[in-house]
Amino acid sequence: MATTSADVRAVAQLAQLRIEDDAIDDVTERFNRILDLVAELQQIDTQGVEPMSNPHDMEQRLRPDAVTEQVDRTALQDVAPAVEDGFFLVPRVID
Amino acid sequence: MAPSELSAATAVALSAALRAKTLSSYELTQACLATIAKDNPALNAVITVSEEQALADAARADDILARGDGGPLTGIPLLHKDIFCTRGVTTTCASRMLENFVPPYDATVVTRLREAGTVMLGKTNMDEFAMGSSTETSRFGVTRNPWDTTRVPGGSSGGAAAAVAAGFAPLGTGTDTGGSIRQPASLCGITGLKPTYGRVSRLGIVAFASSLDQAGPMTRTAEDAALMLQVMSGVDPMDSTSADIEVPDFRGQLGDSIAGLRIGIPRQYFSADLDPRVAQSVHAALQELQREGAQLVDIELPHTDRGIPTYYIIAPAEASANLSRYDGVRFGHRCDAPADPQDLYERSRTEGFGDEVKRRILVGTYALSAGFYDAYFKKAQQVRRLISQDFSRAFQSCDVIAGPAAPGVAFGLGTKTSDPLAMYLEDIYTLSVNLAGLPGMSIPAGRVDGLPVGLQLIGRAFDEATLLRVAHRFQMNTEHHLATPSSAGEPT
Amino acid sequence: MSWEVVMGLEVHLQLATDSKIFSGAANRFGADPNEQACAVDLGMPGMLPVLNERAVRFAVMFGLGVGARIGKRSVFDRKNYFYPDLPKGYQVSQFFEPIVCEGQFDVPRPDGSLFPSRSTRDHLEEDAGKSVHDAYAGQTGIDLNRAGTPLLEIVTEPDFRTAEQAVAYLKSLHSLATYLGISDGNMAEGSMRCDINISLRPQGSDEFGTRTEIKNVNSFRFVERAIAVETERQMDILESGGQVVQETRLYDADRNETRSMRSKEVANDYRYFPEPDLLPIVLDDHYIDTLKAELPELPGAKRARFIDSYELSDYDASLLVASRDSADFFEAATGISKSPKLTANWMLGDLAAALNRESLTISESPVSAAALAGLIVRIADDTLSSKLAKQVFEGLWLGEGSADEIIEARGLKQVTDTGALEQMVASVITDNPDQVAQYRAADEGKQKKLLGFFVGQVMKASKGQANPQRLNALLKDMLDG
Repeated sequence: MATTSADVRAVAQLAQLRIEDDAIDDVTERFNRILDLVAELQQIDTQGVEPMSNPHDMEQRLRPDAVTEQVDRTALQDVAPAVEDGFFLVPRVID
Repeated sequence: MAPSELSAATAVALSAALRAKTLSSYELTQACLATIAKDNPALNAVITVSEEQALADAARADDILARGDGGPLTGIPLLHKDIFCTRGVTTTCASRMLENFVPPYDATVVTRLREAGTVMLGKTNMDEFAMGSSTETSRFGVTRNPWDTTRVPGGSSGGAAAAVAAGFAPLGTGTDTGGSIRQPASLCGITGLKPTYGRVSRLGIVAFASSLDQAGPMTRTAEDAALMLQVMSGVDPMDSTSADIEVPDFRGQLGDSIAGLRIGIPRQYFSADLDPRVAQSVHAALQELQREGAQLVDIELPHTDRGIPTYYIIAPAEASANLSRYDGVRFGHRCDAPADPQDLYERSRTEGFGDEVKRRILVGTYALSAGFYDAYFKKAQQVRRLISQDFSRAFQSCDVIAGPAAPGVAFGLGTKTSDPLAMYLEDIYTLSVNLAGLPGMSIPAGRVDGLPVGLQLIGRAFDEATLLRVAHRFQMNTEHHLATPSSAGEPT
Repeated sequence: MSWEVVMGLEVHLQLATDSKIFSGAANRFGADPNEQACAVDLGMPGMLPVLNERAVRFAVMFGLGVGARIGKRSVFDRKNYFYPDLPKGYQVSQFFEPIVCEGQFDVPRPDGSLFPSRSTRDHLEEDAGKSVHDAYAGQTGIDLNRAGTPLLEIVTEPDFRTAEQAVAYLKSLHSLATYLGISDGNMAEGSMRCDINISLRPQGSDEFGTRTEIKNVNSFRFVERAIAVETERQMDILESGGQVVQETRLYDADRNETRSMRSKEVANDYRYFPEPDLLPIVLDDHYIDTLKAELPELPGAKRARFIDSYELSDYDASLLVASRDSADFFEAATGISKSPKLTANWMLGDLAAALNRESLTISESPVSAAALAGLIVRIADDTLSSKLAKQVFEGLWLGEGSADEIIEARGLKQVTDTGALEQMVASVITDNPDQVAQYRAADEGKQKKLLGFFVGQVMKASKGQANPQRLNALLKDMLDG
């Protein structure tokens, strides 16, 4: 069940990546090789095995509800590509 | 100490010289900076040098030392992998995406090491976003192995491994998501320790795969690693996954005997994938440990070969989400004149990320997408538990697991870049340890064709102390860790 | 064909914590753009979330308040999508294992009767930022102050059939949230926002039609209107033989219409997976039981008690308990006045009207519970007629002092003294012999009407201060005699 270049393009769109036409075959071919590699897992019987999201099955710690961060907007926005009046600017969003 | 001696000295030895006032931190820092200036052009291990700040920090350390204050790392130079956020110093993750990113904050690890008095010389090269095993995917060019500059240093912490091996600094930080500390340590002949998941705070480390990432020390000796780990470890209230577990006195336990310690040898780690000459070095090292009274026992880790497919679903899946924040809005690369938000995202990300990063984002996105979640991601999480259970079972009959850190020695530049799968195999012995969240370590165990071989030690969760003890005992009786590229007569 | 409307609601409730759900930045409305967005809220590289204890507590309190099962183990997940006001490219939410599971509670209708509502699940998540579209040419400004505000998302079963039910449900949620003190309930500031899933099916059918989702409706009135126009739109499509497209729509209040949201057109595949930067929340019975024991009396129980112990009608009780402030006001006033029915009438009548006129809430009322009670005591003891009472109320509203002070100062005391009243009646009878004769000649029905004339005359003479009941009795006696 090979993944087609159209499938790969759909995934790329979800990930907001662009694949140029001259690269799509190569990208698809490598993508399929990786999928073949990971497809090995299908042979393993995992009936009743609890999925493991975190190594030690630890529990979440809770933080007291207190304001501990004083925001330095100038410092944080120093690395921003486009700001004005404290807003981050992006090309117009249409709802 | 003569400059040539400085570059091979351990932090412990340098600290003694600093305290004896036979050396100042300022002189030491100058010497390290000079070595970097001279040798880095050939290796490209360091991508940012923060000379001014380093010399200021060194002068401050000298003041502290003059008062008789400070700790064992006060005044010792160190290099941070360029994945650790450093306030005011560019943090690129070796990506075009973060080429100009100067964080307004420090990683917890950076803060703790600075508070311990270390002197940061700069930032080391790496695979882009830590995705790779050869340091060839860096935006800033490949790093070369100081033992043979036609070969890779391993990765992703290849810059750090090469820098420590080449004598740029006695200490380096690395991160390890699937082997990124241990494999380059093995290929460059240094000591590298990946702590238990949760031992060291991840705050301020650019995330690759959150449930696997862990920062650790890269040093010349186990003793130096113990000193560094001591400082790096401990719960961080700002990292929910950092463990609130007591940090033992790592250095204090180093001298304890290993007599009676059971060392498990997993049959699956000596399969056909392993270079037989590497196997030979590893076996020789194991015999050395046996001579010290350790007991070698055969163990099984049946799901070892499932580690790679499991890892190459979980790590890319987590990465695909972790890297979504790079959208050209608040920081990082932004494309020219975007037409609309979609165009902004697509072009900024496509331009900002390199091929391997994009490949992993695609695989991870796919594994999580509708209709594939159960077959890929959930399945991988289930196999992850089976792998973890393998280790739990094995640790019923042994105290430490030992084997190779990598299937071979350093390979030639460019020989595996065209085949991602061949590159992925580099981590076959290391990535299961990340999946299980256990501590793992690579220490020099000999050479094959003049190139270093690493012995990997794997411990129970939060039992780095035993790994360090075994490693230290081994280094007390052997000289593999003392070999340097220059002493071995290799060109650098 | 006759159609049945089927609706389910998703309500986003902002929790009134001091800090954000995953960061120590302030959770406050109205700061300058991005002045309340710290490195965690901005999704800066290397930043990590740490969960706010109070957000968890509030979610559990809410769950207990709606009679839901509490998830003893709940997990955060990442919901992946790109949007400029979503800093990390994913929202941290709960998909697989929510903190509050299925619940059921009774919602009062406007007439005071109850209907049951079922919630599927309620989960914790982080709010996104805001986009400002008009300020910059060709650009949208992004303000991430709201990013990371704790939200409780309440998801109901598709049980609603009318806009009236939906609004009644939302009002009771609003009431519950403010009772529990978990939300400020300020809808104008977006503290409670509602998505409406709506579909039509032929009356009698038990299959669901294709639904649309109307996003982010933030007032009860708009909910009602949005449902009305969307129902009509879908009905027009279905009756002309068309098919409803499953999509996300936006309610435009200015045009009173819903329209498709272009930005959400791309079929979303959210790729939920467990958030690896956070660990499972594990709650033990002790924690849950303690919170349960500490819950305040909730609207449902309070309503039942008001009906039972104050003998109020369903309708009055429902209105009084709608907010904790009004229920507290009522109990404080009744405690002094000892006249629950009269207190309810005044609160829901003159006081409510006055507050409404000035757009004030009960907690902002210039007339305190004690002051109102002072007035009611004087009505109950016949010092004041209802007409005089209105004048006293006006004085209370204007801050002229207590009811007794106003009665004194304005000279509004009702004449109840029989001697004084008799004198007045006698003189009115003497002054109007024609009318007296007319009255005495008339039949009973006619007499009733004519009596009004005499009442008016006496009232005029007493400057409105004659006690109407006594006056009536006295007049009848004296005219008949």
